Amino acid sequence: MNYVEDTIAAISTPPGRGGIGIIRISGKESVAIANRIFCMAYGRLGDFVLNMPTHTIKYGFIRDPESGEILDECMLTRMDAPNTYTKEDVIEINCHGSYAVLRRVLELVFRMGARSAEPGEFTKRAFLNGRIDLSEAEAVMDLINSHTEEARKAAIDQLGGRLSKQIERIRQGLVSVLAEIEVNIDYPEYESELVTADVTMKTLNSVIIELEDLSKSYRQGRLIREGLKITIAGKPNVGKSSLMNALTGYNRAIVSSIPGTTRDTIEEYIEIDGIPVILTDTAGIRETEDVIEQIGVKRAEEKIEEADIVIYMIDSTEPDIEEKILSIKKPLIVILNKIDIETNYLEELGRKLKNYDVIETSLTEDIGVKEVFDRIKKYFSEEKIGINTENIITNARHKTLIDTSLASLKKAVENYNTGMPLDIIAFDIWNGVNTLGEITGASVNEEVLNNIFSRFCLGK
Amino acid sequence: MVNRKGTKLRFIAGEYDVAVIGAGHAGCEAALACAKLGVKTVIFAMNLDSVANMACNPSIGGSAKGQLVREIVALGGVMAKIVDKSAIQIRMLNKGKGPAVQSLRAQIDRRKYQQEMKHVLELQENLDLKQAEIVDMETVEEDGVRKVTHVVTHTGAVYKCKSAIVCTGTFLNGRIIIGDVSFQSGPDGLFPSIRLSDTLTNLGFKLIRLKTGTPARVNRRSIDFSNMVPQPGDEEAVPFSFETEELEIDQIPCWLTHTNIKTKEIILENIHRSPMYNGSIEGIGPRYCPSLEDKMFRFSDKDRHQVFVEPMGADTEEMYLQGMSSSLPEDVQIEFMRSVEGLENVSVMRPAYAIEYDAIDARVLKLTLESRFVDGLYFAGQINGSSGYEEAAAQGLVAGINCALKLQGKDPLFIDRSEAYIGVLIDDLVTRGTREPYRMMTSASEYRLLLRQDNADERLTEKGYKVGLISEERYANFKEKYRLVKVELDRLSKTHVSPTPSVIEYMEKIGSTPLKSGASLEDLLKRPEVDYEDVLAIEELNLKDKGLDYERKYLPKSVIEQVCINVKYSGYIKLQLQQVEQFKKLEKKLLPEDIDYDEISNLSMEAREKLSKVRPASIGQASRILGVSPADITALYIYLTRRKEK
Repeated sequence: MNYVEDTIAAISTPPGRGGIGIIRISGKESVAIANRIFCMAYGRLGDFVLNMPTHTIKYGFIRDPESGEILDECMLTRMDAPNTYTKEDVIEINCHGSYAVLRRVLELVFRMGARSAEPGEFTKRAFLNGRIDLSEAEAVMDLINSHTEEARKAAIDQLGGRLSKQIERIRQGLVSVLAEIEVNIDYPEYESELVTADVTMKTLNSVIIELEDLSKSYRQGRLIREGLKITIAGKPNVGKSSLMNALTGYNRAIVSSIPGTTRDTIEEYIEIDGIPVILTDTAGIRETEDVIEQIGVKRAEEKIEEADIVIYMIDSTEPDIEEKILSIKKPLIVILNKIDIETNYLEELGRKLKNYDVIETSLTEDIGVKEVFDRIKKYFSEEKIGINTENIITNARHKTLIDTSLASLKKAVENYNTGMPLDIIAFDIWNGVNTLGEITGASVNEEVLNNIFSRFCLGK
Repeated sequence: MVNRKGTKLRFIAGEYDVAVIGAGHAGCEAALACAKLGVKTVIFAMNLDSVANMACNPSIGGSAKGQLVREIVALGGVMAKIVDKSAIQIRMLNKGKGPAVQSLRAQIDRRKYQQEMKHVLELQENLDLKQAEIVDMETVEEDGVRKVTHVVTHTGAVYKCKSAIVCTGTFLNGRIIIGDVSFQSGPDGLFPSIRLSDTLTNLGFKLIRLKTGTPARVNRRSIDFSNMVPQPGDEEAVPFSFETEELEIDQIPCWLTHTNIKTKEIILENIHRSPMYNGSIEGIGPRYCPSLEDKMFRFSDKDRHQVFVEPMGADTEEMYLQGMSSSLPEDVQIEFMRSVEGLENVSVMRPAYAIEYDAIDARVLKLTLESRFVDGLYFAGQINGSSGYEEAAAQGLVAGINCALKLQGKDPLFIDRSEAYIGVLIDDLVTRGTREPYRMMTSASEYRLLLRQDNADERLTEKGYKVGLISEERYANFKEKYRLVKVELDRLSKTHVSPTPSVIEYMEKIGSTPLKSGASLEDLLKRPEVDYEDVLAIEELNLKDKGLDYERKYLPKSVIEQVCINVKYSGYIKLQLQQVEQFKKLEKKLLPEDIDYDEISNLSMEAREKLSKVRPASIGQASRILGVSPADITALYIYLTRRKEK
């Protein structure tokens, strides 16, 4: 359960692409958290936030203190209680509007000790702390009630009957597993009559597979709402724009060319097998001294970060390969273009790319484009993406809970396999079940007890 | 009680600070705690020969219960010490399942336990043990507060007292049921306590009716053990008390047999004669302790059930048939017992029976076990709806300590859910209440990894010392033990070994991936396949390889145990401690005593009712009440904030 003592954080700007995104942090730990993750240019560290006067704004960078990585440049505002929105200490971080960046900064803030704000929680704190007067409090209270109780119920309803039934069934399966373990613990004399650990683990493994599918389905849901993002990367003049044209020319559903904020990216919407796809053509990526081009390169790197699939195009007449892109941990399609031109580098390229599945194209000669489409479609089927997918989670909170639960359950299986004792395994399974229980709000302890005593004949 | 002239006989028989009503497991701990803390105490038993009686299973400990016993002795209670003196078999349960769920269980010589405990009571300064039935309690209202003033016995003796602790177990309005026969009785052939129930009802306590049962006792001579499986004790008997160094017992085994289809047939044929099934019993029984007919009925596809034959003592032939409790008529009992392998010619010494009794809804108690509307009146044990000797003793100890502290004007003792099973037990009873006799189970605790039987002293002895129940000597030993633990933990983390040849050889021998580079001894001990002896062996080999001397420091077993658990479980312990921190935050958010829940319009009707009934001390406790939702908790927060501003 979430209470007012915690420091909360959330993305305060609406989702989607925009120039600026704002992360707001409210609570006792806000300043301390911000201080740990904020640094000045050139990686200069110091207690900048701690030493900032209240209600001032500072330019700097968000830096992960554990890895040293810079996540984004930003403007950071410090506002000390009580003259703030919530009457608590508030920090607002203005970064770039890219969802991927905001997400990463938010996750960093969570790691530093804040937790995800519930819907409407900042407003709730505003009047819990008396910033909204008494007469308004009553009216807003109903809203709050509906937010917590109803939001929970509505979220379950929103999922659709089938899905909530599935989550409930998975939960019951886990409650059963727990009951078996607890009987094992609390009635050790009855060992011979009880289900063995192997069977229990089997049940657990099948639950894990079901939860994984459910978790993946969230991504599918999002893809269907927001579109599959494909980013085309490669040096300038390698043929990216031609590829864009070729791809959109084939399957143009909606054609709208949205220019990027500078000359960095161009996006096109197309449809492949009914799935909306956003193609992004990036500025050429290469090492450069040009500052403006550097920004373009940076934007390109962001787009690659956000992408679901990356297409890396290489000019077969110039074998200059960016190892960084090849080693990206995302689904990658490597395209070797301009094969119509005689070149001496084919052997060298062949060697460098031998571990990759390469599609050879000549866009001027219209060779290889169909193969690119086929590869994209192959990705759909591998990831089981289709608009007829039945059970899709669209609620981010549920996905987080499911992922947290999965992590605990997988730990339990891992511990079982490395011979850890039962009390440790039970601990992780309890955490897994409790986390899932937060979706429906059931009291897990009662359920486990009921399960135990209805299934097992125990007692003195 | 009247004399020949018709006037009521009443005489003041004594004056005490505390009167403990009942000398069962709760009563004994309560009385001893009070007396040791300097409070003038009297304890009443309906029969002095049944002090600390084990009316059911002659054993103490087991899963979760073993932990309770350790906690009781760590806090300064007595049970564990008497167990060590009277145990006839000891086993450590769940040995391979990890330290958090390991529990000690002892089979007890029932008579010896009683004698020892009675003697301890008799020897205790500030304590008087008396045989009497308490039939009434007198109270008076002063400044709007009701308080206890006297207790009255069945012979008309009146004892002045400032406080009373009610530990009546299963005696209140006790009724024994054996099939078609039933009669007013306490357990085990003892008198029931009839009139005290009326006193409690008149004082405003709501009584609920509970039931429990016990199996028959049979004569060992009449048992054929040849086809039964012996269940011996552990080779090395681990003592319960932290002060007992080692335990030498001549262990007596238990025996395992099974019921069969014939048993099932007999029972199902006669089920209509069972008082549970023909409605003569109204009390609710514990579902974790079903009678044999319950088992047959509910799990009718099972053809056999386990029966453990347990000795009642070293100097008696009485054996206890665990798993065969029943309230079927006596003739049916004999028939179904004789159907069991090994019991064909069994001679029954005491029949099985069910017993119904009055208990209170413990939600009227504070977390100190004092009742909310009668000052100085405490309740402990089965009368609160718990079951089990260990659960009773734990409550008795806490009630006794708090009674004494209050009389002395000191702050009360609170034990919360994150500190001990005792805390879980009291919180569950007082916050949620119970509809059936409550048994402690490890799954009831959210912090099981921290509440282990091996670290009960670490968690509670400091509190026991502050209260005054732990002697200086014992406290010093306790501090020394954990100082040694800390020193050794430090040493292990700072001492490094390198992968020299004999080290690698040893590690391969024990099946552990050999080191590639230097590591600390702590890192080694973290590995599941490496134990403490291995760590020392590796240290020695490493030094020898380097041509250096090795001198082993011998540490007590209990210290080594703590070191190992701390190292191997460190990650998980840290996680649980973080969870505890969250928990404690909410426990510290106190609710004012005079809150009127009906005033808070945003609370649901159910929440208002439940909160008014339980009157939780904190937001944390409120959140655990069944029927109070997260939205209700938010409403409480808002109300508190508004109040503060006013």
